[in-house]
Order: sequence, then C-alpha cells, then structure tokens
Amino acid sequence: MFKRSPVEIRTSPHMKRAVTVEQIMRNVVYALLPICAWSIYQFGISALALIIVTTLTCMATEAFFNWMSDRPNTLGDYSVIITGMLLALTLPPGFPLWMAAVAGFVAVGLGKSLFGGIGYNVMNPALIGRAFVQAAFPVAITTWTPSFAPGRFVEFIPSSLALPFMSPVDTSDWVQEHTIDGFTGATPLALQKFEQVSVDTMDLLTGTVAGSVGETSALLIFVCGLYLAVRKMMNWRIPAGIFSMTILVTLPLYLWKPEIYPSPQFMLLSGGLMLGAMFMATDMVASPLTPKGLWLYGAVIGFLTVIIRLYGGLTEGVMYAILIANALSPMISSITQPRVYGEQKKEAES
Amino acid sequence: MRRLQMGFFNLFRKHKTFSHGIHPLEHKEMTAKLKIRRILFAPKMVIPLSQHRGVPAVALVKPGQEVVRGEPIAEAGGFVSVPMHSPVTGRVKAIDELVPTPEGPKTPAIIIETYEASTQKVLFDFPRDVNNLTPEQLVEAVKDTGMVGLGGAAFPSHVKLLPPEGKKIDTIVVNGCECEPYLTCDHRVMLEQTDKLIRGIKMVMKATGAEQAIIGVEDNKLDAVSHIREKLSADLPITCQAVETKYPQGAEKMLIASLLGKEVPSGGIPADIGVAVYNVGTLAQIGDLVPNSRGLIERVVTVSGPGVEKPGNYMVPIGTPLRFLLEQVGADLNASEVILGGPMMGMSVASLDVAITKGVSGVVVYPPQEQDLKPRTVFPCIKCGECLSACPVRLNPSMLAQLAGVREYEVMENEYHLNDCFECGCCSYVCPSNIPLTQYFRIAKAVNREAKLAESAG
Repeated sequence: MFKRSPVEIRTSPHMKRAVTVEQIMRNVVYALLPICAWSIYQFGISALALIIVTTLTCMATEAFFNWMSDRPNTLGDYSVIITGMLLALTLPPGFPLWMAAVAGFVAVGLGKSLFGGIGYNVMNPALIGRAFVQAAFPVAITTWTPSFAPGRFVEFIPSSLALPFMSPVDTSDWVQEHTIDGFTGATPLALQKFEQVSVDTMDLLTGTVAGSVGETSALLIFVCGLYLAVRKMMNWRIPAGIFSMTILVTLPLYLWKPEIYPSPQFMLLSGGLMLGAMFMATDMVASPLTPKGLWLYGAVIGFLTVIIRLYGGLTEGVMYAILIANALSPMISSITQPRVYGEQKKEAES
Repeated sequence: MRRLQMGFFNLFRKHKTFSHGIHPLEHKEMTAKLKIRRILFAPKMVIPLSQHRGVPAVALVKPGQEVVRGEPIAEAGGFVSVPMHSPVTGRVKAIDELVPTPEGPKTPAIIIETYEASTQKVLFDFPRDVNNLTPEQLVEAVKDTGMVGLGGAAFPSHVKLLPPEGKKIDTIVVNGCECEPYLTCDHRVMLEQTDKLIRGIKMVMKATGAEQAIIGVEDNKLDAVSHIREKLSADLPITCQAVETKYPQGAEKMLIASLLGKEVPSGGIPADIGVAVYNVGTLAQIGDLVPNSRGLIERVVTVSGPGVEKPGNYMVPIGTPLRFLLEQVGADLNASEVILGGPMMGMSVASLDVAITKGVSGVVVYPPQEQDLKPRTVFPCIKCGECLSACPVRLNPSMLAQLAGVREYEVMENEYHLNDCFECGCCSYVCPSNIPLTQYFRIAKAVNREAKLAESAG
C-alpha cells in the first residue's frame, strides 16, 4: 500500500517557527518607512533623494562585493536596505548626495561585506558609514537647514547637488531666504551645549527642530520601534538599558546644577538618541547575545552618550557610543553567560 | 495572543513554569476529545527484544511454539532490562530475526503469527492483593510486568524504584504534561483511567517510600486536572497541579523545576535530589497490571497529523507493525514523513515495517505539502539571541553552533556544556536563520562519544 510513496527521513525537531531572517529584516524596513515619510514631509525632496541615493549605493555595493567574492546574492534578505535607510536618516538633510554615496559605499563595503556579509559585521554598518563621512567631511555633516522650508517639495537644498569632489556651496544665504522664524542653524544639542538654551520638549517629540533627516521626531521613532519590540523582532532590553542609564546619569547632574546640565527628558529626546536606541543599537548582529549582556550593552551606550555629549568636543555622542559598545559586545556576551540548568557552583566542586 | 503572553504578560502568569521554552502550535484539537479505541490485531506481530533502554531481553519461546495473549515470551537480560509478553494468541514464527527499528540498526525480534479465530482473551491473569506486598515485592512485581517509561524514554520502570545507594526518594513527580504537539494519549489516560492512575501512584509511593506525589498537568488540559482532583481524597499525600502550557514542560528536569523549584544537578539524575518522575501512562498501566500480575502487552498511541484520515487515540498491541496501524487509520498514501513520538523530539522512520514498541506514544503523519518540512535557505547566524531565550537548559546554542562549524567539539563539551543539551529542539525551532542547531549538537555529541570510546579502547 505504501510501496510507491517517498518516505522522507529527517531528524527532530520536525516543526519550525515561521519567522525567518528575511521576515525580521522586512519588518524593520516597514518600521523605518513612517520615519522616512515624515522626514520627507519635513525636509522635502532633498531628504527623499538622500534616502534613495544611500539605499541604492548600499545595495549596489553589496551586489558588487558578492560578485567579487563569489557569494550568492544577498539583496533579498533586506538587511542592506535597512543599512541604506538608516544611514540616510542620520545625515543632515542638505548633505551633498555624492558624499552620501561615499558613505553608503563605505558603510556596506567596509562595515559589512569585508567582514563576510550578513551576520558577520562587528559594528553597525550604517554607523561605520556615518563615522567615515563625519571624519572626511566635518563641515558638510554639521551644516543644518531649517525644517518645513517653503518650496521644499520643488527645489533641492543647494548643497545637496554639489558636484563630486567639490565643496558644497554655502547654504547660509539659502537658509536666510527660507527661514520662517529665527532659525539659528544649530541643532537642539548644540544650542544646549554652547548657549544653554533648551528646546521645548514638545518640539523634540514632534520633530519640528533642526537635525538629521530622520532623527528629529522622537515620538514617531519610539512608536515605530515599539512596533518591532511588540512583534519580538527587536530586543526591548537594549533601548530600556540605554534610556535608564541615560536618566540615571543625567538626573543627578540636572538636580545639582540645572542651569548648566540639561534635563533627562531633553537628553532622551534630542539628537540621535531615540533613533540610535531603537534602530542602531538594536542591530542584532553587533549586539550581545545574552539577556543580561543586553542590559549591560544598553547601559554602556547610555553612559557613553551622556559623557560624550556633556564633556566631549562633539555635540552628539550616540554614534561613537554605539560603535564602542558594538566593539565590546563579544566581551559582554562572554562575561554574561547565563548559569546553565543544574550547574553546580565552582566553590562546591573544589 | 500567544506571542504576547511570552513577554510582558508573564507577570500575570497563572500557573507554575520553568524559564525559557517555546510555544509551538499544539494541534491537539484533532484528537483531544476522542476516546481511546481498540484497533484490530495485526496478522503478524513483531516484538523487538530491545525496545527499552539497557540490556536486550532474552527469548523464552521456540519457533513453532504456541503462545497465549499475555504469556511471558522473553525474560529480562539483566538488571536494567525488562521481560516481554505476547501481545496476541498465536504461534511463534521466528526468533532473533533482524527487523528494522526507527533508530537505524536492525535488531533481533520475536515474530508471532496471530490466530485469526482466537478470542484474544488475556489468560495470564492472576489477581492478588497489592496491599500485602512489601516494597521489595512491589519492585519485583513492577519488573515482572515488563514496564518501561511510556512517555517515550522507555527506561525500565523498576530501576527508578530503586535509587542508587545512599539516595532516598521523597517525592514522586507524575508527568501529565504531554508537551509534544499532536499527542493526546496521556490526556485521554488521565480522563479515562483515573482510578488506575491513582492506584499506580500509591503503589510507586509505597515501593519507594516517598512521602508525597505531585501530578503536573499542562493548563491546556484543565479538564483532566479537575477530573483527577475529584477522584483524589483529601487525606492522600497526592496533589494535582496545573503548570503552564509550554514546550518542553514534560521534560523531567523542566517539570521538576516548575513544580518543586529545584534543579537536578548537571549530569545527575532526579534521584540525586530525592525525586522520581513517572509518566501518567506508565503509572496507569502499573495500577492496572500489577494487581492482576499481567504483563505490558498494549499501550495508548495517538495517531495524528495532517496526513491521517481517522486521527485518534488507539489502544495498540505492542508489536503491531506501523504499516498495519496506518492502514487501519487511513493514512495518506503519499505521506512524506512518518514520525514516531511527537514532532519536536520524535524520530522519522525509514521503513514502515518497524513495530510499535513500548516507548511509542504517538505516530504523526505529514503529507508532502507540509510547510514545516519544506527545505529552507540557511542564513548565517544573525546573533538575534532567540535560541538563548528558548533553550530550557540556558545554553548558548549560537556559540555552540559556531564552534560546531569549526569542529571544536571538545570545547563545546568542556566550556559550553554540550552534554547538558537534551535535544529538545527549541533552538532549531526558533532559529530565524534556519540553522539546524539541534542536529549539529547531536553530531557533536556522537563524535565526542566515539572519540572517548576510541580513547578508552586503545
């Protein structure tokens, strides 16, 4: 009766959860889309072009390295698209597009492909790209333009279209023309650091401030990150660790000298902290494996961010904090191995 | 909803549980409400002499000899071994013939041809008063039934009644979890054979001198919990507790952690902390067989899965060929995979000529189009940590797999607790990169085992 039927042999388990890498990565892309949409609404076609350019360069770079090293095509796993989108979200809206392309190439080439592609990168590729252009083009990456500039959907910010290997044109005239109400050209963090002016919390939540393309609306980023956390595609322990450590360090300082030090809510909502905590630090590959390790990793990022912001030469510290924590994560993993079921204490054995 | 329950909602958890684990789809609704039914006797029975852990049994019969249903046909080959009894009235056709087993190697077996005209009444039936038996006599009586762990481990039951020198059993944990998807045979046993189960628990408590017994049942079988509680009189030191429905709740180490909050030492056995774990099916059979001095000749098997026309819980004579059983329940002709046991830890068979042995709790049949069986692309590990949060023993499967990839099997064992892995399959189940983690570990363990054998041999 069963003679002709092909009976297959496998070893247990014979059941498999449906979630795959591709699905997780696709959901991260979904979670990033509202943030991209808001940034385009806020900064116009310059932001759109920036997102497109970085994503396409990242994809092209991955395809190129795959071809060079005879690896199978990995564009279908969406991870490189995340890198591209995240990279764009960390750049200033008027960032020259050719520089963005360089950032995309370095992000995927140096940050990911050279290590062996998906699963092998030591640090977050998007931040590697960002760090590279921060060092290479220090002026362009700190040139901010106003949000909700009139005509943002019909014309580019002049610096966006700089010719390759040419310095971008000075945008100060353009900024003057397009400023609605006293735009200072400084991000909330810079205002706080150098002029002790704290931006209204409400503005930080909604994102009606100057800043990188996708880091301005803390509320939107938080909601998008929450989606991933609820779907269990992002580990909530990392942002939780970052937020609690940030508050823990900032609060005593704020209570001690509120006129110098910013409030905890300002620390949490300004700059790239929300985007970094929700989408950058949570890069699965570059973060530790163990639950305890994830808390520690988050705490390291929160601590370093505050220290760099308050005492470093830079206004923003999230990027370097995450990169340093990325580098530490194998060590964090190894010192936070959970106690195995039934394992006896070392003292008891000897 | 189930997904949500795993995270924050653990705070509001109602029933006891262990840490980590997974929630696979249960698929139990197919058979949970179906009463245990008998199936026909197969024309030819195959009784492997080694269907339990330990030393194979030794045949007592000769070819051509007539045997009666329930008659002993093989005796225990040692202490960790059990006797066999004839599942049918018939004639011994052959002995020591090599038959296929789900494990792979062919083993000797007794082949019996069934007398078609026989009434198949159990004639080996000597009622006795269990209350007069001493603990030693009870252990002997359990051994004479040929009882092994019916939950799947097939470890001789009487061995667990005699803990190692210097150890004392104070608690009997009765395992009614049945955490494997599809399987419902223990559920039905708890509902339909409650009195036998309680009788079996009392006997085992007397034999071991245990002071208390706890029946642990997953909370997807609350009807069984209330049914058992009704039958338990208040003066008995036996309680029935619901535990969270979570795989692998039915693994003995997990159930001990859930119910007692204790851990079995790494590399040790439950007796090390004064516990013995018995499956409900085993105890119900002990409660049924010992008072009548009978032998284990049949067991409840759940036959289920998308490839079965008449899924159900069947009372199957030990030795029934799998092919015959599947014909009885109308299994899919194009079945692509047949699993003995449950889908998480069961073995898929290479031949339908294997026999239903004492340790087979279920048969799951998958049709070829089954999604779970389609080959999937294996991605590199993305270090998501899902396997770490799934592993009930709290190992680091991700790290172990990396080491397996470079064949550092000894490092896996010495530094990453490879031998604490009991191959429950949780890590493979959750891995989004589709890495066959459990399978890697199985190979690593086998390699280490052989290396040690080679070392001790020369």
